[in-house]
Amino acid sequence: MILNILQVVIILLIIGFGFVVPIGKYLIKIFTDESDTILERYTYRFLGINPQEQMTWQRYSQAIVLSNLVFVLLFYATLRLQDILPFNPDNIHPSPTPDLAFNTAISFVTNTDWQNYGGETTLSYFNQMVMITCLMFTSSATGLAAGVAVIRALSQAGTNNLGNFWVDLTRAIYRLFLPICFVLALVYVWQGVPQTLGPATVATTLEGATQTIARGPVASLESIKQIGTNGGGFFGQNSAHPFENPTPLTNTLEIMSMLLIVPALTYTFGTMVQARRQGWIFFGVFATLFIGFLVMVLPAEQIGNPLLTQAGADQALSSLQSGGNFEGKEVRFGIAQTGLFVTATTAATTGSVNAMHDSLTPIGGFAALSEMLLNVVFGGKGVGLITLIMYAAVTVFLIGLMVGRTPEFLSKKIEAKEVKLVSLALLAHPFIILIGCGLALVWPKALDSLGNPDAHGFSEILYAYSSTSANNGSAFGGLNGNTPFYNTTLGLAILIGRFLAPVLPMLAVAGSLALKPRVPKTTGTMSTNTVFFGLLILASILIIGGLTFFPALALGPIAEHFELAAGKTF
Amino acid sequence: MTVQSRSSFVSLLIPAITTAIWFIVLCGIIYPLLTTVVANVIFPHQAQGSLITINGKVIGSELIAQNFTAPKYFHPRPSATNKTGTTDKPEPYNAAQSGATNYGPTNKKLIDGVKDAVAAYRKENGLAADALVPVDAVTNSASGFDPDISIANANLQVPRVAKARNIPVTDVKKFVSQNTTGRQFGLLGEPRVNVLKLNLALDNLKSGS
Repeated sequence: MILNILQVVIILLIIGFGFVVPIGKYLIKIFTDESDTILERYTYRFLGINPQEQMTWQRYSQAIVLSNLVFVLLFYATLRLQDILPFNPDNIHPSPTPDLAFNTAISFVTNTDWQNYGGETTLSYFNQMVMITCLMFTSSATGLAAGVAVIRALSQAGTNNLGNFWVDLTRAIYRLFLPICFVLALVYVWQGVPQTLGPATVATTLEGATQTIARGPVASLESIKQIGTNGGGFFGQNSAHPFENPTPLTNTLEIMSMLLIVPALTYTFGTMVQARRQGWIFFGVFATLFIGFLVMVLPAEQIGNPLLTQAGADQALSSLQSGGNFEGKEVRFGIAQTGLFVTATTAATTGSVNAMHDSLTPIGGFAALSEMLLNVVFGGKGVGLITLIMYAAVTVFLIGLMVGRTPEFLSKKIEAKEVKLVSLALLAHPFIILIGCGLALVWPKALDSLGNPDAHGFSEILYAYSSTSANNGSAFGGLNGNTPFYNTTLGLAILIGRFLAPVLPMLAVAGSLALKPRVPKTTGTMSTNTVFFGLLILASILIIGGLTFFPALALGPIAEHFELAAGKTF
Repeated sequence: MTVQSRSSFVSLLIPAITTAIWFIVLCGIIYPLLTTVVANVIFPHQAQGSLITINGKVIGSELIAQNFTAPKYFHPRPSATNKTGTTDKPEPYNAAQSGATNYGPTNKKLIDGVKDAVAAYRKENGLAADALVPVDAVTNSASGFDPDISIANANLQVPRVAKARNIPVTDVKKFVSQNTTGRQFGLLGEPRVNVLKLNLALDNLKSGS
């Protein structure tokens, strides 16, 4: 018990005190460095990039959209052509269907990594290595670049100058992701993650049966999967598969990887906009929400499922077993490392899983679901910070309405245009989720995909649309999403959730704020860098999120909780 | 720095294409291949999947549970994997297609499955009809081939294995403790017993004596 609490606390302390400031400073250096390295200079010349070009928010957004479009088309093509492309030692055929390829291409380009397939039975090494591993780098670098561009804009007055997308993309990969991922990949191999181009092995077991063991170039994918908060597993069972996550150490590193960069961005933000306290207030909001959800998940999973005890299972924690709700979990992680992973992966919009979320207790599932519905508990690369800034803008606006003053944030007036854009972004997320759920409930045969009956079945649908709209990618895996209906609607949910929800409207808001002059502080100015304001943001998040999603949650995990308490099964 | 106002579409399209191709080459080919080479030089055993070979024949992977049904072997956790390419034809411990039940906590199939597994476990190991069974022994793992079982689960299987092998219980207990992995660095994860390694050690005892 004590060791379980201790390991969670130590991991969180390392993240909070070990990573935030150093990584935050390093990010500032990467994205404000005036000079390019030699390698970067040659890259720009070779690729036809003018690194001196400064982009307006419009042009920066166009660059992001075009770059993503090229990647989507390329990946769609390589998925559809998998049959004739090389490097398929396990002879995996046929190529993914058009609807699955559409969903998968969009999913990986947008850093979502929702998977309507099992990797080891669907994709060739070519697609796993050449395309997916590459997209994990570029999609996370794109998100980070968007976040940094917003920060840059907020630090300016009177210009519309968000930097250069190509430079940000290249630097993020060269100076941050590639070096860390290479080292981490080797650590993962040391712990047991395979890294081979050889095909699956056929073993003859001790009892004389034949066991085919899928493997592949896993470690190089695993490291960027977690560092880039991508989350798409090499294998169907993702980080629960012993080849993706063989030991408690790899599990710890995977958790830390997810929370390496996003929390540090609050420091980067605070320093770059010259309001360091503001950054810490943001960090505090993130951390409070995270810990709030963590203390829901851990006890719920440790106490377990009363129905399992009635069935004769011993779920009590002891020195001989971890106990708890153990369906869909792995012994080496136990409850502590599983609960922390669940909370981190749905917070940082990674979406990798080391336990089956579908088999979580109702409270555990509620927490995972709620983190994605709020979409502002650390969040993905860049995007989480962007979303929190949106909530901050809404908060100052609401307060401005109450006291009858023009709201200000970071000495910039928040006016009708910004509030409209922020509202658009904040409403797009629930719109996709609730419309998607509604559609799935009435669409012919869509309910045939459910893996569980009753309230839990509804949670599966709600989870699917929340996860895709939040660009998370984890799943209640019982839902069979590989049908034309889900492939298409979930693919669209990802697209809208990425571009219409945070990225494009917030680049527009940032561009608009960048052009505005700073207004001098007066006694009437409401300061936003106080703990009080942090509490107000928290209240706004919980009130807006709660009002929007409570009815849906009541039909899913909350209903299920009471069913479970009453001992009902379906 | 000069602010340029080239707003043409083409001036963005060209870098969009060239960066895509370059990062596919760098991150999708050079990086994984370099990792493969270095990994296979430094950690060849792990890089190939931690395979266990006896007399040149692969008998499994340290990290992947395999099916054990004979009483003389310790049994791993239940597995919900299916035959490769199917979703409804059970083939437990199929390491070519990982999978779990994904049953929710109020799903009747989950509860019935656990009840059946509890009854079978009690019978197999000669436990009382109302004895509680370690939860890991009667629930499906997340991967479908969790290589480990809890110490509590291993301890309850000791008498059965000792009897089937006709060796003293204390000897089998010794093997269990020898094959128990503690928390990593004394802190991380959970103590656990690797089923394949334990069974292999027991088999080696027989061939050795």
